[in-house]
Amino acid sequence: MAENFLGNYKSCVSARATDKEILKGAQDGGIVTQLFAYALETGIIDGAIVAGPSDEPWKPRPMVAMTKDDLLKSRGTRYNLCPSVSFIKEATRSYGLDKVGIVGVPCQVQAVRKGQLYPAGLRDVPDAIALVVGIFCMENFTYQSIQQLVEDHAGVKLESVKKMEIGKGKFTVKTERGAEIALPLKVTHKYNQPGDHVCLDYVAEWADVSTGSVGSPDGWSTVFVRTKKGEDVWAKAMAAGCFETKPIEQVKPGLELVTKLATEKITKNRKTLEERASFGVGKGLRNPYL
Amino acid sequence: MGLLSRIFGKDVSREQQPSAGVVKTTEVTKKEDKPVADKITAGHVHMSGCTGCLVAVADNYGGLLTLLDKYVDYVYDLTLADVRHIPKMDVALVEGSVCINDKLSVEEIKQTREKSAIVVAVGGCACYGNITRFARGGQQNQPKHEAFLPIGDLINVDVYIPGCAPTPQLIRNVCVMAYLLLKGTKEQKELAGAYLKPLMNLAKRGTTACFCDLMTDVINQGLCIGCGTCAAACPVRAITHEYGRPQGQRDLCVKCGACYTQCPRSFLNMDVIKNFESIQELIKGAL
Repeated sequence: MAENFLGNYKSCVSARATDKEILKGAQDGGIVTQLFAYALETGIIDGAIVAGPSDEPWKPRPMVAMTKDDLLKSRGTRYNLCPSVSFIKEATRSYGLDKVGIVGVPCQVQAVRKGQLYPAGLRDVPDAIALVVGIFCMENFTYQSIQQLVEDHAGVKLESVKKMEIGKGKFTVKTERGAEIALPLKVTHKYNQPGDHVCLDYVAEWADVSTGSVGSPDGWSTVFVRTKKGEDVWAKAMAAGCFETKPIEQVKPGLELVTKLATEKITKNRKTLEERASFGVGKGLRNPYL
Repeated sequence: MGLLSRIFGKDVSREQQPSAGVVKTTEVTKKEDKPVADKITAGHVHMSGCTGCLVAVADNYGGLLTLLDKYVDYVYDLTLADVRHIPKMDVALVEGSVCINDKLSVEEIKQTREKSAIVVAVGGCACYGNITRFARGGQQNQPKHEAFLPIGDLINVDVYIPGCAPTPQLIRNVCVMAYLLLKGTKEQKELAGAYLKPLMNLAKRGTTACFCDLMTDVINQGLCIGCGTCAAACPVRAITHEYGRPQGQRDLCVKCGACYTQCPRSFLNMDVIKNFESIQELIKGAL
């Protein structure tokens, strides 16, 4: 049997939000914003840690969203680092949350789950985590890297950018005035943050619900429902009419592409780990998985 | 003779005594030697610490009572058990570092090792020295008590629970796992062994901790992913992020080890953590 690179999941669909306001500024199907908006509204969570805006263009800053308006400010993908987990204890303290939602890339979901089982510095956090949403991630960039890619390679000011996208082998920058610059993904590779090259998770395998554009048509997202908690929230949100869905088997390119990219990422990064083991002469680099 | 007796000219305490005495005797006669057959024995050994770790144990509230009810005979604890000398026990939870200028402390930590199957260093001081690293002596009434060492510098330690204060939840998880390791089924023993392994590895790793661990063993090793976990874990808010990487105000760092322990790139034992759902259910079910 082939190795499972998509993690355990109870169901998988292609979906998009039904709320037009959410879809308007969404990266793809508006899944995260819609799901958190529903969870906030129904008291499943009383706040969500998301990537909000900051003083600098396209630089995210962790934010505790307590209302739908807060969530709307955090729509869309920024393709650079947001240390969201840094708010996870603060959310239960100064923000006074008992039921915390958090969205993050796979390594951040891993950090949250590790924190629930081994909470060395996360007092009272483990039982306060109410909903963990994961987003697919091949690699990420520091702010300085994204600045260089957009301003030096694509040649446009960060302030003028309307949307950034990664897909179909390209890193695409769309400006407010309608210009569209597509860089081959190969150009971006040397800007990947090094720590990503040992990551063994593409689809946020430990999230309650994980989502990403890959596998679904434009404007839709692929959604994995993974845990009992995820299943419960997703079922309620579906019943409330939050999402329209299509069976993943009926959309193109479908799970085949997700599996292909997950396999590529994990295989490549396993190789990196092997190379790190004999990096020097009789000396290797540290392996966090051992 | 108490105040009431002096006011009313009669011995009130004696009048109340009989009924209190009756209750006491029934309690004594009801008490069994070992109410639950396969409990483990544990104790809290208090070295030089602020008692914050003991408070963290107590902060499990009802969970602590269930632990004591079903799984653990608490045989030694300054505040909870009337026992003077360190007894034989399965699990010793040690709080605080050892003042090597104090003979009794040195003697007690040695006895703890000799008499316990598993020694757990609870909290930053026992693991890494923590705030006691900054001790310079001069405190009345023992001004010459100035040299403090983490317990691992004097004895072999089996499991580390870093943090200042350590969290009630990690102490709880380790206690449940220690119980399963000693008394569980074959599968439970395997799970408990795998769960405790990274905390045992921390004990082997050494007796110093600092924000610098993030620099030397995570950032410098090309492993940091800027997730932000370390900043959340830091009890003194010494960690911010610069260029997407943790930046520590090293003068604030108390050397508790929480940031490095919490980092997903210090250890990430996927075989255990991938079962996060069932393990959390197991622990909740146990309490």
